[in-house]
Amino acid sequence: MSKQMTGAEMIVEALKDQGVDTIFGYPGGAVLPIYDAIFNQNRVKHVLVRHEQGAAHAAEGYARSTGKVGAMLVTSGPGATNAVTGLTDALLDSIPVVCITGQVPTHLIGSDAFQECDTVGITRSCTKHNYLVKSIQDLPRILHEAFYVARSGRPGPVVIDVPKDVQFATGTYSVPKNAQHKTYRPQLKGDLGKIKAAVEMMAKAKRPILYTGGGVINSGAAAATLLRELVSLTNFPITSTLMGLGAYPASGKNWLGMLGMHGTYESNNAMHDCDLMIAVGARFDDRITGRLDAFSPGSKKIHIDIDPSSINKNVKVDLGIVGDVAHVLEDLVRLWRAEAHVAEPKALDKWWKQIDEWRARNSLAYKASPTTIMPQYAVQRLYELTKDRDTYITTEVGQHQMWAAQHYHFEKPNRWMTSGGLGTMGYGLPAAIGVQMAHPDALVVDIAGEASILMNIQEMSTAMQFRLPVKIFILNNEYMGMVRQWQELLHGGRYSHSYSESLPDFVKLAEAYGAKGIRCSDPARLDDAIREMIETPNAVIFDCVVDKMENCLPMIPSGKAHNEMILPDFGDDIGGVIDEKGKMLV
Amino acid sequence: MNAKSASPSPTPASPPSPYSSAFARENAETHTLSVLVDNEPGVLGRVVGLFSGRGYNIDSLTVAEVAHESHQSRITIVTTGTPGAIEQISHQLERLVPVHKVTDLTLSVRAIERELAMVKVAGKGDARVEALRLADAFRARVIDATLESFVFELTGAPRKIDDFIELMRPIGLVEVSRTGVAAISRGPKPI
Ligand SMILES: Cc1ncc(C[n+]2csc(CCOP(=O)(O)OP(=O)(O)O)c2C)c(N)n1
Ligand SMILES: [Mg+2]
Repeated sequence: MSKQMTGAEMIVEALKDQGVDTIFGYPGGAVLPIYDAIFNQNRVKHVLVRHEQGAAHAAEGYARSTGKVGAMLVTSGPGATNAVTGLTDALLDSIPVVCITGQVPTHLIGSDAFQECDTVGITRSCTKHNYLVKSIQDLPRILHEAFYVARSGRPGPVVIDVPKDVQFATGTYSVPKNAQHKTYRPQLKGDLGKIKAAVEMMAKAKRPILYTGGGVINSGAAAATLLRELVSLTNFPITSTLMGLGAYPASGKNWLGMLGMHGTYESNNAMHDCDLMIAVGARFDDRITGRLDAFSPGSKKIHIDIDPSSINKNVKVDLGIVGDVAHVLEDLVRLWRAEAHVAEPKALDKWWKQIDEWRARNSLAYKASPTTIMPQYAVQRLYELTKDRDTYITTEVGQHQMWAAQHYHFEKPNRWMTSGGLGTMGYGLPAAIGVQMAHPDALVVDIAGEASILMNIQEMSTAMQFRLPVKIFILNNEYMGMVRQWQELLHGGRYSHSYSESLPDFVKLAEAYGAKGIRCSDPARLDDAIREMIETPNAVIFDCVVDKMENCLPMIPSGKAHNEMILPDFGDDIGGVIDEKGKMLV
Repeated sequence: MNAKSASPSPTPASPPSPYSSAFARENAETHTLSVLVDNEPGVLGRVVGLFSGRGYNIDSLTVAEVAHESHQSRITIVTTGTPGAIEQISHQLERLVPVHKVTDLTLSVRAIERELAMVKVAGKGDARVEALRLADAFRARVIDATLESFVFELTGAPRKIDDFIELMRPIGLVEVSRTGVAAISRGPKPI
């Protein structure tokens, strides 16, 4: 059905047709017609954020926790530039987001008009694709195409820049029959011959490991189910990147914990010593591989990924399979069931024995304290007291993020929202807002650091306005702990500007927003305080005062290999572990 | 054999960087890529931005619409990198939404490359005669002439144009304008 309407109305209409129920945004001169169209309807709910970066992270949180495309709306100029960090974050973590930006009227483009910026130029390298809509005739197609591009293949953010005159112009709106892009068609099915070859390699493996990533989550619920099936069929050990946590349950017996820079001893050693690595929807990023020329030297490598450019980018693999994880795993599981079995079960048993020895090192251990809350302890208690609820966790960036990944255990996909690729401080609170909008009755906790939370603290107002009972659980160590830890590692403990000076009183800050503030510094009181937080029907800022100098271990120091980890019993002096070359790295 | 040549001093291999790409030690090669794209605003910016953003080289770049009804342009890029980097470049180009197809013409040996150059040479007397004689040998055409200068037009493979320019240098080369490389595969089939 086609209807006459204005460009602004088309935007709202297309959102509805795409099944968008929530949009995160902030108004301004160049989007007023769209805000007027939003005013006149009630199917798409608009969440007014307090900074456009917040809109982007909220849309990401919404998308990551639902599997749908997140939507956001910002004005021209500063509205668009404020969104850039969030768009880049979504690009690096492959999160589908459609961002509509207002633009000055077409005839003023290029004249340095008020609040004009080259939005498509600025966002070209931080989006999967972007559009400048020059004519009302193109608008319906572009709107629907943008959602298709955002969600298909390797997902990502898409910007649609709409000049104000196009918003006012009248045209014909209809839903395109074929809401695809005219040529963009990512490959979903994997090459069957290659999948057969993979099954053969897997059957022969003596020391296999599955290394999974965010691609499994992006591929959808079916992918996680198939992954679990594959693990139970083969009895292979499995590890995951930060982005992939929850695809395989942490309580599963084949789970080795997260791998990489702050991964477990067993997962990193298994990666190093395996004879077959099966990478699924993961991208061999430097946080995972450590020193590249010493990365898993003795293994054959299979890589399943929807993005052909991820294959052979950092690490050369023996077998690359391009396709969607769920599609490829479906064929893989079917072929394995039909004909394959582990050829040398004795060898696999021996491998598991070796892994159990590594596990016994207990690499996530820390020194408990009766007087001070250790940050790991705080996450463990939070986990124990929230695991039986419908809980979603978001994080900021720093030590607390890694402790959350290590000590909070995920049973399901889409429950863990964190900024992995870009490492954006300030992600967690707006992401929690996006999650809570999508899951009003769930318990949504942002595990935060006292420095990160200040980067988007203004979003407390958003939470209050929309009565979102998000819980901000701050591991307050009074330091930018991760920076301090690296200064200890690399710069002789000279803590240049990493002390969190002049912090606000977080309890009073919560109260100033009309939320509840809780402070706890006594390990004996911690459980009660966490319970109080959970039972508060309102938003809470929890100031969890933790040990100031604790380091996040285990750790693969930069420039080292998987089997050269610093373990918790290393001793107090970690300075001097990294050599001159390692210091150059980030 | 004398003692010296019997014990060649090994060239000290520079130690590999810990995060260096697995391909970094391979040798750089020059490849010609043909990229079919939708001719929409900004598409060239995407392609060029990808090269600068990811630190790839562009040795030569040409672009023009080749199918007017379907608004498709053909971009020919000459780039230098290790085989691994070239493979990455192709895949990264394919990721761009308006890019239809990327073909590495250097991998298909049967590709033809041509470039057009205009070469301005100034001089008098013997130099003029010599310039004209060489131009004739290279099948370059005179497209502008004054009493003390010529502009030559020349097409050919990039190497031939390089050679011509080198010969003109001592004679009185003033300036050069080159189109960059256009390339196509041999035989009846499209890329
Ligand atoms: C926007 C941004 N700026 C700077 C950094 C660099 N950085 C990484 S972690 C960190 C410190 C975080 O401190 P805090 O939030 O207190 O967390 P902690 O490490 O103490 O748990 C900084 C500054 C970053 N990741 N993001
Ligand atoms: Mg801190």
